Amino acid sequence: MPYEERETNVGAKMNGWWKSSVSRRLLLSVGALAGGAQAARLLAPAAHAQAARNRSAPSRSPHDQHDGMITPGAVNYARNGFDPHDILTDWDVGKVSKLPDGRTLREYEITAEDKEIEIAPGLMFPAWTYNGRVPGPTLRATEGDRLRIRFQNFGSHPHSIHFHGIHSARMDGVPGAGNVLPGGEFVYEFDALPFGCHLYHCHSVPLKRHIHKGLYGAFIIDPDPARRAEEQAAARSRVLGSPENAQWQEFVMVMNAFDTNFDEENEVYAVNSIAHAYTKRPIVIARDRPVRLYLINVTEFDPINSLHLHANFFDYYDHGTTLTPTLRTVDTVMQCQGQRGILEFSFKDHEPGLYMFHAHQSEFAELGWMSVFEVRA
Amino acid sequence: MNSLSRPILWALLPLILIVAVATAFLASDPLGPFRGSAPPVEELMIERTTLDEHGIGVRVRAGGSEPMKIVQVQVDGAYWTFSQDPGGALDRMSTAWLHIPYPWVSGEAHHLTLITSTGTLFEHSIDVAVATPGMTTERLTFYALIGLFVGVVPIALGMMFYPALRAGGPAVFEFALALTIGLLAFLLVDTLAEGLEFAGEAAAQFHGPALVWLPAALTFAVLMAIGRRKGEPLSGVALATSIALGIGLHNLGEGLAIGAAFATGAAALGSFLVIGFTLHNITEGIGIAAPMLAERPRFKTFVALVALAGLPAVLGIWIGSFAFSAHWAALALGIGAGAILQVIVEVGAYLARKSREQGRSWASVTILAGVTLGIVVMYATAFLVQV
Repeated sequence: MPYEERETNVGAKMNGWWKSSVSRRLLLSVGALAGGAQAARLLAPAAHAQAARNRSAPSRSPHDQHDGMITPGAVNYARNGFDPHDILTDWDVGKVSKLPDGRTLREYEITAEDKEIEIAPGLMFPAWTYNGRVPGPTLRATEGDRLRIRFQNFGSHPHSIHFHGIHSARMDGVPGAGNVLPGGEFVYEFDALPFGCHLYHCHSVPLKRHIHKGLYGAFIIDPDPARRAEEQAAARSRVLGSPENAQWQEFVMVMNAFDTNFDEENEVYAVNSIAHAYTKRPIVIARDRPVRLYLINVTEFDPINSLHLHANFFDYYDHGTTLTPTLRTVDTVMQCQGQRGILEFSFKDHEPGLYMFHAHQSEFAELGWMSVFEVRA
Repeated sequence: MNSLSRPILWALLPLILIVAVATAFLASDPLGPFRGSAPPVEELMIERTTLDEHGIGVRVRAGGSEPMKIVQVQVDGAYWTFSQDPGGALDRMSTAWLHIPYPWVSGEAHHLTLITSTGTLFEHSIDVAVATPGMTTERLTFYALIGLFVGVVPIALGMMFYPALRAGGPAVFEFALALTIGLLAFLLVDTLAEGLEFAGEAAAQFHGPALVWLPAALTFAVLMAIGRRKGEPLSGVALATSIALGIGLHNLGEGLAIGAAFATGAAALGSFLVIGFTLHNITEGIGIAAPMLAERPRFKTFVALVALAGLPAVLGIWIGSFAFSAHWAALALGIGAGAILQVIVEVGAYLARKSREQGRSWASVTILAGVTLGIVVMYATAFLVQV
């Protein structure tokens, strides 16, 4: 639906505000100058006219949720080459084969390339990307799988992939170990351990620049139920493709931000890069099925980021490395840079409708990190 | 070939060459390799803001090396919906209005950030949010009233010292003229400073300071030439008229500043400020009256001089509070500075001539005391009127 249509009601909604903005202070300051009576006559008609209008009852269509606080316009996802709604559920399980010892081998292809992306309507950012998108592909594997990631650097600067996981020093993806010059290539190989919600990012220097330009992505390792005898059900529900997992609605959300003028302060905050993407088009969830979020914070320059869910509470598994919650029944969770975790919640007893979620740093929320779930019966 | 066509032909040659060089330069683009992948230079000037029941209005003037696009707007660190009129990319030097339906808070500060497609930020602060007055007859009358108190009333009051000065004899006459020089010296500095301040707010392409200094120099030269077209230095009513004109132009600038302060809420305009201006400007009336002490001008002349010196304040407040751009204000103040310099020179020359006729040095105690007092009074009363 064309976004511009949603803006028509903005002026009307401001009536109630204006009534109170003709303050006593203004009347006094002007009154002192003009002998009071004349100034009061000048301002009073406007105040009365405004007061006479009624504030309309608030409605709850998606269009009204922002009440003017929005990045107006639409981002061209086709030109960007990725859609934030697709990124939510776009798992890259790699090319799967069996090793002689019976283990699963997953092979991934990742390239680094320079690419200008539109992060808010009309606002272009000279990004460095993995596979042409920010965040990069969401790699998903199962605990104990052998992973082989072939990384080619088509960018203009040296890059690497540093995985948050268990691996040898040679596979760490840092200067001196898997740092790839432009035009070069490297194969990272290790076992998928430990299970949980992880991330990968470029670890070339300067670090801040390489990360905030867009070189990061989600790295999810599902638990192996065979190794989790006492928590079978919980483990199975996390394994992508299992019948228990099928009833879950899983989304990956990478909290990120962009410093468009390179002054080490972010101008745009978002989940999965595009400001207000999930406000303008809410994420639809079925009321009767549980929700699992893989939440990762890669925001640079600000020490922490957070997620606050409206009208509901969730269980939180820090780093996703446990099958019992590390925080129970909370509605806000904060993560420092590089921290991540899994959120589980359900709307099954709620009435259908629009439920916001956003950073509870209002500053971030007002600069783009504002989103909405549309719960449907 | 006659004697006229020859110089014309010689003048044409360099002109044709200039066009040829420019064309060749643009066609071959020798700077291309130096540009590389550097993004275009972007400049944006916020020339005017309005606050009303529809929110915030901003008039911007672009100064990019290429057309630039304002793609997002933040108010107080929040992205906000907005519309642009006319829409689209802004060419170099073109202007547009942005309308932001933001619920601003009266009496508080707001900060705007305009973001272009390249991610460049342009910031602007509204120091004290006050509703921008609409253009109504009542409002115009109200401003005229302030203008009269700031411009006309003090000058008329100052001129009422005329009989007293006249009764005082030659020494008082001399002292009054010296006082005039002092006050004009203050006004010259004040006018230039204010002009340069506006120049700083103007878009860079206008070369703000040149808009002040060059018109000042030109105005000075033209007014000197006009004043002395009969070959004689100014005196009497003619000199008083010149002074009134210079002061009038200064008061126009003062009016612009007051009007702009009113419109943007930058100043807490109150009775105290208006009375301050009245006191500050009384000296101007004395200055205009001083050169006429040797004559006996008609009442009509006094009225005309008061109008010439004082009414521009009304005009200035009107323009300043409703619509003006910084570069026009800088230009007006530059012209004013030139006019003031001219009268300083004329009054000085007049005093020097009088001293010479009486066989004295111009540097008498009376004159030095007058000049000093003029500057001190203006400086002291200026404390009352910081807009």
